[in-house]
Amino acid sequence: MHRASLSVLAACGVLASLPAQAADNDLKSLREEIAQMRQAYEQRINALEARLAKAENTVATTAADVQTVAQQAVTQQPAAAPTQSNSFNPEMSMILQGSYNNLKQDPNAYQITGFVPTLGEVSPGARGFSLGESELVLSANIDPNWRGTAILALAPEGGVAMENAYFESLGLGNGFSFKGGRFFSGIGYMNEQHSHAWDFADAPLAYKAFLGNQLGEDGVQVRWLAPTDLFLEFGAEAGRGRTFPGANNNKNGVSQGAVFAHLGGDVDISNAWRVGLSWLGSSPKGRGFDEVDSAGATVSNRFSGKSRTWVADGIWKWSPNGNSTVHNFKLQGEYFKRREDGILASNSAAGACANDCAAGYNSDQSGWYVQGVYQFMPHWRAGLRHDALNSGTMNIGLVNSGMLSFADFPQLAAHDPKRNTAMLDYSPSEFTRFRLQWARDDSGIGATDNQLFLQYIFSLGAHGAHAF
Amino acid sequence: MKRLVFLFLTTLSLAAHADLKVFATVPEWGALAREIGGKHADVFTATGGLQDPHRVEARPSLIARARNADLVVATGAELEVGWLPVILRNSGNPRVQPGQPGNFEAARAVRMLEVPTRLDRADGDVHAGGNPHIQNDPRNILKVGEALTTRMVQLDATNAAEYLANFKNFAERWKAAMAKWEASAAPLRGMHVVTQHKAFPYLYDWLGILEVATLEPKPGVEPAVSYLSQVMNDVATQKPRMVIRAAWNSPQPTEWFSEHAHIPAVVLPFTVGGSDQAKDLFSFFDDTLAQLLRASK
Repeated sequence: MHRASLSVLAACGVLASLPAQAADNDLKSLREEIAQMRQAYEQRINALEARLAKAENTVATTAADVQTVAQQAVTQQPAAAPTQSNSFNPEMSMILQGSYNNLKQDPNAYQITGFVPTLGEVSPGARGFSLGESELVLSANIDPNWRGTAILALAPEGGVAMENAYFESLGLGNGFSFKGGRFFSGIGYMNEQHSHAWDFADAPLAYKAFLGNQLGEDGVQVRWLAPTDLFLEFGAEAGRGRTFPGANNNKNGVSQGAVFAHLGGDVDISNAWRVGLSWLGSSPKGRGFDEVDSAGATVSNRFSGKSRTWVADGIWKWSPNGNSTVHNFKLQGEYFKRREDGILASNSAAGACANDCAAGYNSDQSGWYVQGVYQFMPHWRAGLRHDALNSGTMNIGLVNSGMLSFADFPQLAAHDPKRNTAMLDYSPSEFTRFRLQWARDDSGIGATDNQLFLQYIFSLGAHGAHAF
Repeated sequence: MKRLVFLFLTTLSLAAHADLKVFATVPEWGALAREIGGKHADVFTATGGLQDPHRVEARPSLIARARNADLVVATGAELEVGWLPVILRNSGNPRVQPGQPGNFEAARAVRMLEVPTRLDRADGDVHAGGNPHIQNDPRNILKVGEALTTRMVQLDATNAAEYLANFKNFAERWKAAMAKWEASAAPLRGMHVVTQHKAFPYLYDWLGILEVATLEPKPGVEPAVSYLSQVMNDVATQKPRMVIRAAWNSPQPTEWFSEHAHIPAVVLPFTVGGSDQAKDLFSFFDDTLAQLLRASK
């Protein structure tokens, strides 16, 4: 108020003194000048008045707020919901990840010998400094019945992949829940977790070999939770089989499905556990993988048939009196067993194949890992992991019939990959993690790799809740 | 056979409707729900008195209990933000979802302290709604009890009279206990203390205790020794009488400070079950005051 009235007074003063000063000057030009000045001052005064009105408004709002707060303090009513239109914006968070990798073997030549390549991102990553996938997470309740979540993976080389985009029910009643869209399958233990929540920088070998790192599904999922005090949950999924072990079939109906059951409970307040059994069935048509045949030519092989995977998983968590802040321990393990049965075709020019041949194929393979992570003091954890895969039995009709030889399938040579991993991580806050990880990886035949990872994971924005 | 099935179904429905199934996130609300519900409330408490309430695992057992609950009693104000949403979403139980009558937040019934004027993670573990550790002021217990009674009456009208009577009885005993506590705590008024984590602003507000410093540089951030000695020098002139931590805080910072500043270290129960003595809401405050009075002598 003061500023405005002072300006007005000043303006009047200037205007009043002007005619006296200009007595000898040309009246006309003076009038023009005065008119111009008046206009200029009017503009300034208007602007000042506008500012004043705005300031008064703010003061009024603040006063109203204060009054509201005071009223609340007296009546103890819950705060009124804010009325800005952006208060309905989804919860948003962003995960930033990156690492420094020191790899003895060339990561571009990475393979898990003895197992059909999954075409997933299974290699240990680039050498040297590299940015990991940045994840943008948006989620909100859609209406009283549904909640939506979208997770965008921003690749360091550019491009956006839709990692998850699904809707889920907010309690259908009687323990039922429903999910649809693109989501991580509920099979196993680790599959539903996002990579930034994993306890090691990379996935277990079994996940890489049997699920192409992680199984994402386009489809629907139903879960039912039994009305018992013991946790007993059943789930079923139907989908397209977009990624390995599916082959993105150009086909109506359901190409991939899964069922799973989880059982869990507490031993006492310090010990909690969960075990699970899952089955994943897929019918890929022409699931391809590239191979370098005995003639040194890059050829394409295609599998069509049935792929059946069983997963058994278990997790046990300990924290003294349930207080995980100072010390806690986590032991988890999963066992995979897969049988594939169908036809393997090749376009190799070697042997009698003559650019196009096909014959029966079946394989019976398994793998497992077990890992333990101990928090030995607040913010610091250390962990060990052991991975083992068994390439089991594999019958390649093209080889048995003599059309091609084992030398034409070097990636499928009998080999039992193993890996040992140690990690140390430091999380100064819930939103920050630095991790040092070392692994001796024997995935590729005759190419034992020593891998060192120095990783960071930061999460910005909304505080997400973590699953068990 | 038919009769057997009927009998079975009747038992099942009786088991399902005989009680109001309450899922309490923390022990204090479990204890309060027991006081009000009496024999009609089947109360499950998700966490123990020695647990850091900010860091709770979304255990399978909790999901199983939430599935059958009629009422979830939580503190709110983002205290359970790291685990309760997962439990509720996985429970498949529409009755206890946020916004439903079966979802009760205690923080909505009381006046919140330490509501931040700015929200930035650089300030550590701050809660937008204010400090959520409201249970350390017995006046808040009474307010929450009143609101909870209303909610329980709303959800289970059949036993309404009993809930109201139980609460009236509790409130009378509670007011008498409060008068006793306030009288015995008179020597604590104006006392200067140092606290490890900002866990007791409501207690201090009630008793007129002045917190001159916290050992955590920011809420939820573990202090380094260099920081502790800096705090010690900073508050030396204010002559704090004791250094206080909650039972679930890591003991080292408080012990270090106690040893170097030559003042007693006090471990307060923080909630029901936080010490051997704190068996229910009454003994929880009995023990809290006993610990403070002993150290102030």
